[in-house]
Amino acid sequence: MAFLQIEGLTKIYPGSGGKPDTVVFEDVHLQIERGEFVCIIGHSGCGKTTILNVMAGLERATEGVVIMDGREVAGPSLDRGVVFQSHALMPWLTVLGNVAFAVRSRWPDWDEDQVQEHARRFIELVGLRGAEHKKPAELSGGMKQRVGIARAFSIRPKMLLLDEPFGALDALTRGTIQDELLAIVQQTQQTVFMITHDVDEALLLADRIVLMSNGPRAVIAEIVENTMPRNRTRHTMHHDPQYYRIRNHLLDFLVNRSRLYQDGPLRAQHDPKRPRVVRPGLDDTTERPPAQVVQLRH
Amino acid sequence: MKSRLGIQAAVLSLALLLVLIGVWHVVTLPAESAAAVDDEYAKLMGAGAQKTGGFPTPAQMGETILRHLADPFYDHGPNDKGIGIQLGYSLARVAAGYALALLVAVPLGFLIGMSPLIYRALDPYIQVLKPISPLAWMPLALYTIKDSSVSGIFVIFICSIWPVLINTAYGVGAVRKDWLNVARTLEVKPLRKALLVVLPAAAPTILTGMRISIGIAWLVIVAAEMLVGGTGIGYFVWNEWNNLNLTNVIFAILCIGVVGMALDFVFAKLQRLVTYAD
Repeated sequence: MAFLQIEGLTKIYPGSGGKPDTVVFEDVHLQIERGEFVCIIGHSGCGKTTILNVMAGLERATEGVVIMDGREVAGPSLDRGVVFQSHALMPWLTVLGNVAFAVRSRWPDWDEDQVQEHARRFIELVGLRGAEHKKPAELSGGMKQRVGIARAFSIRPKMLLLDEPFGALDALTRGTIQDELLAIVQQTQQTVFMITHDVDEALLLADRIVLMSNGPRAVIAEIVENTMPRNRTRHTMHHDPQYYRIRNHLLDFLVNRSRLYQDGPLRAQHDPKRPRVVRPGLDDTTERPPAQVVQLRH
Repeated sequence: MKSRLGIQAAVLSLALLLVLIGVWHVVTLPAESAAAVDDEYAKLMGAGAQKTGGFPTPAQMGETILRHLADPFYDHGPNDKGIGIQLGYSLARVAAGYALALLVAVPLGFLIGMSPLIYRALDPYIQVLKPISPLAWMPLALYTIKDSSVSGIFVIFICSIWPVLINTAYGVGAVRKDWLNVARTLEVKPLRKALLVVLPAAAPTILTGMRISIGIAWLVIVAAEMLVGGTGIGYFVWNEWNNLNLTNVIFAILCIGVVGMALDFVFAKLQRLVTYAD
């Protein structure tokens, strides 16, 4: 049994005033192994955030369950650290205060020195030494998100859930934080589930990339295995011949195929319990010229 | 640049004050023609040579202010107490009523802000009770409490409660969902969440309510003390009116203004203390 199992997850928003119900996604099945980094990509409205919130225990699915480490997820827990899209730092606390708040919640018996020391360690880990006593309002967007990551890591969760954490950052900052995140994740063997809109981000970070079809009635259309070696970096990744194959595959899905799953033959063939698993990186029979750069925006 | 603006404003303020006092001085100059009309009549009215229209001149006013400020805490029986003592009585009543109001309004506001059910259940009561003039409660308070001083405190309580209650409920209800979700994922216990997440998040709004309330309380205490009598700055004003001592009345009005300003200043400082930049 996998470390995390999503079984038959369905979310329906009841229609109001005689309108029909909206099925956001239905019958979603997914397994995540311990230590795995999984990214989920899909257009807006496919319910990615809802899936993540259900995994976090913040929201309830209409049907289906999430089982982590043999136990059903019934509510939020310290076992699952969440990094929110909007960083969600408390503006009246300093950087240290924000992280320490989490540490204190995790280990209520610790004395203040222990809490501070532990919090400082994680602030250092994300490269924010020297900014401990700043308020979030004095930080740049990238630094705020780093604090959010430090806070999530500091409680040593069994699993980390990231809701498009770098969406609001400029490309340069995003690159730096991605590198840092990668280093921390590899160091801590953390299991991670992350939503992203950025294909390159997914290629760099993820072991597997889950592709969602368009909503309503979204499904997991296929799962792409990232076959590039795990020691890939942002600077060398694009020299790997696999890079463009996987990248083209992902873009091709997002641009063309993601909307074909609502009905028709693709839907009919689709087995929600066993979505197609593909390894486009190893497929050198369909060599194509590098696709032009497509800016993906929601 | 900013300080220069400040100096200019101060100069203008001062000039305005001088003009005001000048006009006041001219208007209250002894009216000689009035005395000349009928000497006999003037004598009959017991008017001295220096008697003016009854309204004090700026000079008389200044003299009164200095006299009061020189000895603000004397106590010569029930009808003759220093201004400091009278203000002290009023402030003590406001403090008592206001503190009671906070004790009730902040927790209740928390409850209303957190629970839509309680909000809906209590809303009609709040809507009906809120617009009632606090002084309308006075007869009822006097009848049930049977103590005029405590009735005054009750009136302050009832008028301070609404802005704090409504602002607390609003502030608590409007705490950003993200922060609550953070608390949920960290499994923060309810009391700890209320004190460490909701309270600081809603503090600026709560303080706004408290600032409005203290302003209203200071307005109402004057009227309340005029009604119940005995002690306090409101009673002082009414008493001096009965004595036809307009100089003292004006002095008391000035004091009420200055104290009200000081109270507001303190709460503005507190407000700045809990406000966070987002």
